[in-house]
Parts: sequence; structure tokens; C-alpha cells
Amino acid sequence: MQIAETVNAEHGKFDHEVNVCVALGCLSQHSDQLKDALTKEAAASGKRCRVRQTGCMGLCAAGPLVLVEPSETLYGGVRAEDAKELIDSLGEQPVERLAVHRENYFERQQHIVLENSGYIDPEKIDEYIGRDGYRALVKVLTEMTPAVVIEQISASGLRGRGGGGYPTGLKWSTVAKSTGAQKYVICNADEGDPGAFMDRSVLESDPQRVIEGMAIAAYAVGATKGYIYVRAEYPLAVSRLTVSLREARRRGFLGTNICGTAFAFDIEIRLGAGAFVCGEETALIASIEGLRGQPRPRPPYPAMSGLFGSPTLINNVETFANVPPILRNGADWYSSIGADKSKGTKVFALTGRIANTGLIEVPMGMTLREIVFDIGGGVPNGGKFKAVQTGGPSGGCIPEEHLDLPVTYDALIGVGSMMGSGGMIVMDDTSCMVNVARFFVEFCMTESCGKCIPCRAGTVQMFQLLTKICDGVATHADLDLLVDLCDVIKNTSLCGLGMTAPNPVLSTLRYFKHEYLEHIEQKHCRAGVCACGSRVMAGEEVTA
Amino acid sequence: MPVYPMPPLPSDDKRWKIVNGTMRRHGYERNALIETLHTVQSSFGCLDDNAIRFVARALHVPLSQAFGVATFYNHFSMKPPGKHTCTICIGTACYIKGADRLLAAAEKLLQIKPGKTTQDGNVSLMTARCVGACGRAPVMLVDEELVGLVEPVRMLEQLESWTSHD
Ligand SMILES: Cc1cc2nc3c(=O)[nH]c(=O)nc-3n(C[C@H](O)[C@H](O)[C@H](O)COP(=O)(O)O)c2cc1C
Ligand code: SF4
Ligand code: FES
Ligand code: FES
Repeated sequence: MQIAETVNAEHGKFDHEVNVCVALGCLSQHSDQLKDALTKEAAASGKRCRVRQTGCMGLCAAGPLVLVEPSETLYGGVRAEDAKELIDSLGEQPVERLAVHRENYFERQQHIVLENSGYIDPEKIDEYIGRDGYRALVKVLTEMTPAVVIEQISASGLRGRGGGGYPTGLKWSTVAKSTGAQKYVICNADEGDPGAFMDRSVLESDPQRVIEGMAIAAYAVGATKGYIYVRAEYPLAVSRLTVSLREARRRGFLGTNICGTAFAFDIEIRLGAGAFVCGEETALIASIEGLRGQPRPRPPYPAMSGLFGSPTLINNVETFANVPPILRNGADWYSSIGADKSKGTKVFALTGRIANTGLIEVPMGMTLREIVFDIGGGVPNGGKFKAVQTGGPSGGCIPEEHLDLPVTYDALIGVGSMMGSGGMIVMDDTSCMVNVARFFVEFCMTESCGKCIPCRAGTVQMFQLLTKICDGVATHADLDLLVDLCDVIKNTSLCGLGMTAPNPVLSTLRYFKHEYLEHIEQKHCRAGVCACGSRVMAGEEVTA
Repeated sequence: MPVYPMPPLPSDDKRWKIVNGTMRRHGYERNALIETLHTVQSSFGCLDDNAIRFVARALHVPLSQAFGVATFYNHFSMKPPGKHTCTICIGTACYIKGADRLLAAAEKLLQIKPGKTTQDGNVSLMTARCVGACGRAPVMLVDEELVGLVEPVRMLEQLESWTSHD
């Protein structure tokens, strides 16, 4: 493509590219001011170098981050005062004082979804095009029929990254087969799972990739209109998306006669309004229609009858982000990565009691131990690993004995947790597992939409029982009741929120029952978190 | 289709024109309700009775639906915010890093519960369920600005500066 060549020729003019992360994490460390300072110094230095803003580089906790190309030197904790020294060092010895050495962190990863993160300016479509962006869309529109596109997606083995892991190709073919004059494509960017920020990061760092993925999907299923439903808590993502949609339209990748073909498709942004349940697909659709975001029974599935009663394809941000590389490089390439029945890579948000907090992308099938210890650097400050929580409020805690588990959709379910959207929260012995379970139940309780009784009333009861246990005033009968409640809520709730709300309780009971029993029998909380037994006085500082 | 008359703007406050602009952009379709309420809240700071009634009439949605929506979503507030807002993230990553202690300390200093504003209208204390900066947990928003790796002492200093001045 011609644009790609122009952009790459542009690159050739510089000896050094200085990339400054301006995604949320680093921006909160004033990386925008840092960028200005670097730009000024670069101009003054007379060197052939260029400073540009980019998306997240993954190691957010070490921010603000600066990546120098082509030497691939990574700097962390850079201040505006360091700008001169940094620019002066280009072509010389790197500034050792600021260099980040986390080889394991980066070497063990494989970037597909994040391939451009940290390397392009998210607000410049040309930079995306310069890295093979929109090549897949052009190829699809000019060389492939919708059926062939769907075949490729099916053959790639891609499964939904929004939590459920439904085969993407199958979903696309259902929507393609549905009849209706108007069809819709929706990108689920609600990312309600607390502790997860993969989708935000992709939208802030490489928004065009999601737009391209949606356009390909629309062509494949026969849709002409798309929506991106983003949470209002992500204003930066919203503003980058707004810019990107405009740029994509200007370049003819959205609108009518896309890439000179008869295909027409456009995308609108819709803002969420802070309800976790709106991530559930039928609730999300209701919300776009301007209604309260309450789920409805399925079937009919959105693929048959979704937005405004029309067939609707709904996929997660990361799912769409995987689409362009699959079509660019072929289904075989993609399916050769990852594990059996869990193909490709997965982006995880590694947080909690772990040395390298941040965003990682690894091939599926990598073990939890490799992720937590090799990439994550293990538990800092001499703490002892206790569990890793995956799958958010729908997931569970996985203890040390299962650390060698390969991370796949099915293996995680096998140990009572799930992949979810990709939050991984590491806990050490400063966390009380009963308290953690209570935390998630409280979350589900306050986020329950209230439509059905098992979830609305059941989560309140679970919360009260867990509070009793934490306070050291519960009996064995309370514990039995809690277990029964879990069973009822799981089996009788209408939507996924209620159905999975007991999971954190069930999984902590499975692996950490002794902690529950200690609270009940000895009024003792070994982590010193709960209000029972050996507790430090309320309000007093508990050692971090 | 009967043609509904557009209700008059509630006042000549310029902000109503912005609200009207959002509705116009969506062709006064009913499904623009949430988008419009977003615009009202960002222009006026909160939603009030008057505003909800106006929007409902302009978009021809039943009042029950408009109020239902306004109260269902956490993002919408029916009370005016304080001069300053401190929002503490209590998502999982922040919780594991001690957000509960931050919150307790803030409640104690301000003598209010989350979701409330101090008597003098100076400070609103809010909580959020993950603002997406989990890599820098614990996180708070000082007015609109995000602060990561929050230390209790620094948070308290910030809150004190708001309560003592302006
Ligand atoms: C309570 C609840 C919350 C959900 N939140 C999200 C979310 O924030 N983002 C998301 O992509 N999917 C979420 N989902 C899953 C969606 O309903 C849907 O399965 C998904 O968007 C489909 O996309 P995928 O096939 O690409 O995964 C949620 C489901 C439930 C039950
Ligand atoms: S399970 Fe909970 S969130 Fe889902 S519909 Fe029922 S009440 Fe609403
Ligand atoms: S936000 Fe800058 S590295 Fe993640
Ligand atoms: S949990 Fe606090 S920012 Fe995500």
C-alpha cells in the first residue's frame, strides 16, 4: 500500500525514535509534560531524532516509560528534568540510572494484540497503516467472500476474549445466516471486571486495530452499522476512539464505498453509565437502546434478535483486535500459536502483590507459575504467594498447588475458576481469603440489577453470612447455609452475574476451607485483616 | 406519525443548547436518552427533576423510563457534587493494595460516607469500581486527575488542603 511506503520512508529520516507512553498509567505521572520536554531537547540537540507519543508499554507501575528505537532501550520513572540527559545519550551509552532491566518480563511474552502498543502514535492512522494496518481489510474486501472470511476465523480457533470463550467463527456464521434487512456489529468495551484493563489499554494504544476488526466482521456477517459501547470511566479511550473514527472515515476505511468497493459500514460510540451488568450482552443492547441495562432471557440470542430486534454480532475489544492479524497472516499461523482448544495469545492484567505489575500478552497454555514468577517476578518484599485470582467476580482463586496449570479456558474451569476477561490478581499472606470472597460477593450484591430474586436477595444473604464469618460470630450452621445458598443462586439466576456470583466463595472454600474454619472455631484471622480474634484495632494501620 | 412539538428549553442557560445539540445529533430518537443524560450531567454537574422531565418530553420517552434510567446507572447523580471530588478506586487490584484503608481514613477525616458531600459543600467523597489504572494501584481521582500508588499521608494532605482553604 502506498501510504505504508510513505510512512516508512518517513521513518528512514530519523536515526532515533523516542517513544513516550501517554496511556492512562503514565499520563497520571505527567508523561505529557515529559514528552514536551523531550521534544524541545530533541529539537535543540540537532540530532536526527523524533519524539512521539505512544500507547502502553506494559510495565505501567514503572512509569512514565520511554522506549528508544532502534536500540530498544527502555527507561522508567523518567522526569522532565531527565530529558536533556536522555536526548544527549542517543547514539552513545544509555542512561544507566533510568534504564529498566526486566528481560524476563518482555522476552517470555508474545505480542499479537499488543504488537503496536508502545510503537505507534494511537492518534495517527498513518502510523497504524505503516505497520500493516488495514492491509487485512483491503485483502478481505477485494479478494475474499464473506463465507471465506468466516471460514478463516473458524479455522484460526479464535474464541471470545470477553469471558465466555465462545468460538468466534461460529458466532459470526450464525449472524451471517440470520435474516434481516439491517444487521449490527457491537464492540463490547464495557470492561466492568475490576482489576482488568486490557481493553482500555488496547483502545488507548491501538484503536484502529479494533475498528479494522469490526469492519471485517461487518463485511463477514453483512452488517452496515456498528456501535462501540465504552464505559464512561474511560474518557481517554473515548477521546482516542473519537479521533480514530474520524481518521478512518477520512481515509475511506469507514463510510460508503470502503476501499473503493460497494461495502458500506460506519461506527458510533455509545457511553456506558457505570453498571457492571451492562457488560452482559443483552443488558448492553438494552442500554444502547436507551433503556435500563437489565438482561433478558436467552434465547433468542442477539445473533438472531439483538439490537432493535435485528441480528447482532457482539464481541469483545480483544476479540476484534485479533481479527486483522489472523486475516493478514492466515488461520494456520494463528492456530499454530497457543494450546489445544485455546488458540492464540491472551492479554492479562497482572496486578496485586506482584513485582512487575502491568499488562502482558502470552501464548495460551503458558503455566501460571511462568506468568507469576518468571514474567511477574513473583511476590515482592519477601512475601509468600498464596493465590492468584482469575476471572474477576465470576472467577476464583487458584492456590499454589495448581501453579503448574497451563492457562487455557478449560483448565481454569477445571480448577473452579475461569479465564474471564484476563484480570490476574496475585495475593500473598496479607490477604484473607474469606475477606476476598466477601469482597467479590459485595461487588455482585451492589451490581445486581435486581431483576431476579436469587441474585438480588441471595447475594445480600451471602454477604451477611460472610460478614458474620469475618467478624468471628458465625457457626458451622452458617457455613452450611452459605454452601446451600451458593447452589441455589448458581442454578436459578437469570444471567451470568448471578450464575457466577458464588464462584469466589466456592473456590475459596475448595482451597482455603481451613481459613473459614479458623474464623468460625478459633475466631482467628491469620492474615490479620478481619474483625475477629487477633485483630489489630479497627482503623489502625495494618502492615502492608 | 404525529409530529410532536419540541418542548421549549427550560431556560436560556446556554448549556441547554448543548443538551439540545446531543438530541439533535441523534435525530431526537428515543434511544438517545442515555447519551442525552450524559450531556446534561457533564454540563450541569448532575441531573435534576426539571432536566429529566425536559429530556423525557423532548425524546418522547415515558417519564417512568427516564427516571428509571437516571436512577439505575451508578454514573448518574441527582445531587450536585461538592466543589472538589475525591474518588477512591475500590476495584480488586486497589483493594488488595489497601484501598479499604484509604477509604476509612478519608471517611474519618471528612466525617462523611462515600457518595456524600461535606456540610460546607467543599468535598465530595466517591468510590469507583476500577478506573483501569490497576497497574498503579491503589488509585484515586483528585477532581479529574488520576493519582496512582497513593500513600495515605498524601491523600490526607490533599483532603485537608481542600477543607481548610476555599
Ligand atoms: C455480568 C456480566 C458482565 C460481562 N461483562 C463483560 C465485559 O465487560 N466485556 C465483555 O467483553 N464481555 C462481558 N461479558 C460477556 C458478554 O456477555 C459477551 O459474552 C461477550 O461480550 C461476547 O464477546 P466475545 O465472544 O468476543 O467474548 C459479561 C457477561 C456477564 C454475564
Ligand atoms: S442474575 Fe442478577 S444481574 Fe442477572 S438478571 Fe438476575 S438480578 Fe439481574
Ligand atoms: S500506561 Fe504507560 S506503560 Fe502502561
Ligand atoms: S482496581 Fe483500581 S484502578 Fe483497577
